[in-house]
Amino acid sequence: MSPHSTYETLRQFADSWGLLTMVVVFAAFAAWPFRPGAREANEAAANMIFKDDDHGE
Amino acid sequence: MTSETIKEPAGTEKWARHKRLEKNVALLGVLAFGAVIIGGIVEIAPLFWIDNTIEKVDGMRPYTPLEQAGRDIYVREGCYLCHSQMIRPFRDEVERYGHYSLAAESMYDHPFQWGSKRTGPDLARVGGRYSDEWHVQHLKDPRAVVPESVMPMYAFLADRDLNAGDQKASLTALYRVGVPYTKEDLDKANDDLKAQADPNGDAADLQKRYPKAQVRDFDGNPGRLTEMDALVAYLQVLGTMVDVNSAAAQEDLATEKGR
Amino acid sequence: MESVVARAGVWLAALFVAIVFFVNAVDTGFAVHMAIFALAALAGLVITLTKTNYLAVATGVKVAADQSRYDDDLIRAGVILTTFWGCVGFLAGLYIALQLAFPVLNLGFEYTTFGRLRPLHTSAVIFAFGGTALISTSFYIVQRTCRARLALPALARFVFWGYQLFIVIAATGYVMGITQGKEYAEPEWYADLWLTLVWVAYLIVFVATIMKRSEPHIYVANWFFLSFILTVAMLHLVNNVNLPISIFGSRSYPVWAGVQGALVQWWYGHNAVGFFLTAGFLAMMYYFVPKQAERPIYSYRLSIIHFWSLIFLYIWAGPHHLHYTALPDWAQTLGMVFSVMLWMPSWGGMINGLMTLNGAWDKVRTDPIIRLMVFSLAFYGMSTFEGPAMSIKWVNSLSHYTDWTIGHVHSGALGWNGMITFAAIYYLTPRLWGRERMYSLRMVNWHFWLATIGIVFYASSMWVAGIMQGLMWREYGADGYLVNSFAETVAAMHPMYIARAFGGVLYLTGGLIMAYNVWQTVAGNLRDELPLRQAAYDQAADRPLPAAAVPAE
Repeated sequence: MSPHSTYETLRQFADSWGLLTMVVVFAAFAAWPFRPGAREANEAAANMIFKDDDHGE
Repeated sequence: MTSETIKEPAGTEKWARHKRLEKNVALLGVLAFGAVIIGGIVEIAPLFWIDNTIEKVDGMRPYTPLEQAGRDIYVREGCYLCHSQMIRPFRDEVERYGHYSLAAESMYDHPFQWGSKRTGPDLARVGGRYSDEWHVQHLKDPRAVVPESVMPMYAFLADRDLNAGDQKASLTALYRVGVPYTKEDLDKANDDLKAQADPNGDAADLQKRYPKAQVRDFDGNPGRLTEMDALVAYLQVLGTMVDVNSAAAQEDLATEKGR
Repeated sequence: MESVVARAGVWLAALFVAIVFFVNAVDTGFAVHMAIFALAALAGLVITLTKTNYLAVATGVKVAADQSRYDDDLIRAGVILTTFWGCVGFLAGLYIALQLAFPVLNLGFEYTTFGRLRPLHTSAVIFAFGGTALISTSFYIVQRTCRARLALPALARFVFWGYQLFIVIAATGYVMGITQGKEYAEPEWYADLWLTLVWVAYLIVFVATIMKRSEPHIYVANWFFLSFILTVAMLHLVNNVNLPISIFGSRSYPVWAGVQGALVQWWYGHNAVGFFLTAGFLAMMYYFVPKQAERPIYSYRLSIIHFWSLIFLYIWAGPHHLHYTALPDWAQTLGMVFSVMLWMPSWGGMINGLMTLNGAWDKVRTDPIIRLMVFSLAFYGMSTFEGPAMSIKWVNSLSHYTDWTIGHVHSGALGWNGMITFAAIYYLTPRLWGRERMYSLRMVNWHFWLATIGIVFYASSMWVAGIMQGLMWREYGADGYLVNSFAETVAAMHPMYIARAFGGVLYLTGGLIMAYNVWQTVAGNLRDELPLRQAAYDQAADRPLPAAAVPAE
């Protein structure tokens, strides 16, 4: 196998399956916070910082 | 801390299993690390084993001990902060500085000094473009030669003996990180250092092991081996090792792919 | 008692090792640094022996720290040191800016050349000012969002002061010419090893505090801090694999050479921006902006998407620093594509921060701290738009190697990092010292305007300088020859370099005003001043005019 074909094999993989995998994984992560039931949890998390009024002096 | 603050909101049951990520610091850490490691592996790893990353050209050799000592001074003084050593393949750059830089030309550069800013001009092919006298004068007082220059004055280099330490140790360290010095090169490192700047000595052996090495007094002060000698020796070798315009090199570059 | 003996033993051993290295040092710089290490170990030893509560040790009573109080000693020190390092960094920046306008300021000494002071400036602002701010605020925020006292207090102290020691070693090294010659990674091998030790301890303290939290959630700010700590560890380790020439000397050679060295370096360099200057500071943003605005973050969901997309995309963007170089084309293209995509999460984060003020926009007028935060986010948005634009190869062919890059970095650093840090300092100081408010809010306002106008001068002069440089370098005459010699392009920069230095003067003045303000607040003083917004009110005039009082004509 010549070095150029190593490059081309990788290039083809990157342009096809590699790209698809990344898009799918990315979409999954982006969809994650929109799963059912997440709203409540997210609101609780967002407001959690206001429960604390003690500044430790 | 009241119990109320740790009580979870209503509906805990329903979403508890989804909340593992947001509640488990180890899992969060592993996933975050996974997200950042992919890009690095895909981009960096192939550079080490895809063969066409560095083209094969004739003429590349490791730096002589004196050139390397000069390079160490170049690094020490932070020259790379204002001077690049990477000519891009544009008409104006090639006309101004010479043939565009090849990956092979910095293959023995630990560290690489491509730079990121041109407050001063590119130096990748500065070797042989100016005389030694010009360099010495310019380094001592840049504005005496180039009135517009904003370069610092490096007169102190001419007043200081080259105290490069044990060059054998330096070259050995470079050998260990992959620079192909021979055992003879390492053993003779300290002698080579002096021989290259000594116009009266016998440098035939040095020039046999380091082809095209320039042997002369560089700083205009033959009685003394100074830091200026080393730095000028380094500047004068920059970009001169590979004859990029030779027919063989041009033919090879024409077939380049993937870069 | 054993623990006191053990701790003193560790310090004594460290002192001994430092002295051995000092005695055997092969170069002066290394000897100086080992002396500094020895002094630090001695200080650690003295503090261990004098601060121990011997009565408690003798009686066998364990005096546990009050778990109902946050551990804020380090954060107080951090606020003061952040302010200090900020002023040092701005001053160094101003000085080297003036050197470029008036090269005589290089003074002819090796210690004062631009080449040695420039790393001093970049490290002082990024690692000393930025790093101290990050460590301090992360310790503050992780305690508040976990509602737990800092875990491993002794290790936390090692992290904080160990990091300060790293800064001192790095800074003194630059002036002595100790550098490994890689931008933003200049410290030599032993400083790198020391930082590795400190950083691992940092990770342990941070994670241990999260693990003892009383809150079910890990607040999103901590996600950003965690990825900042982890990724910086990875970058630091990979980019600094060096082989020392002598174990007793300061110099070393990097294992990576040439094209691989270049990519590893800019993978490091760009992600130092991405994770040190972006992820870490976004963590500050996600806590301080909602707290100061007194409303929750606009969208917590968006913050989660922001986090994952930002950290995933950022790591690929490094090769855009190497466009048209000898780096293979495929790597350059990957770097460009990911840099452009990076625009989206960056703006997602900016929108999330700005929209937090939805319904409270009047605070931009009335609260100078909110104003600092809003402008910080605006500059974040601006520089994260400019960055992807400059990473497009066509733009980069003009902008690369010019002052445009310098301008871009500074609109991010002065605007985004600087202003969000100033806001955090103004938020923290009254709370940490139990004061009603800052000594003077009007001074905060002054600081805001000086910083803003300073950045405008800086960025606009560098845009002009950069674009002019790029165009002059490639300008051809009708005769087919290059029009400008390099020296002519240098001369053309002179007015721009002066305008830039003037911007720096304003920015530094703002920093000094902040230092004074923090000092007075810590001292417990309140400046007698009118509130920032108060319409004039004259009680005597506040009455109806009776008809009879109207003079008859």
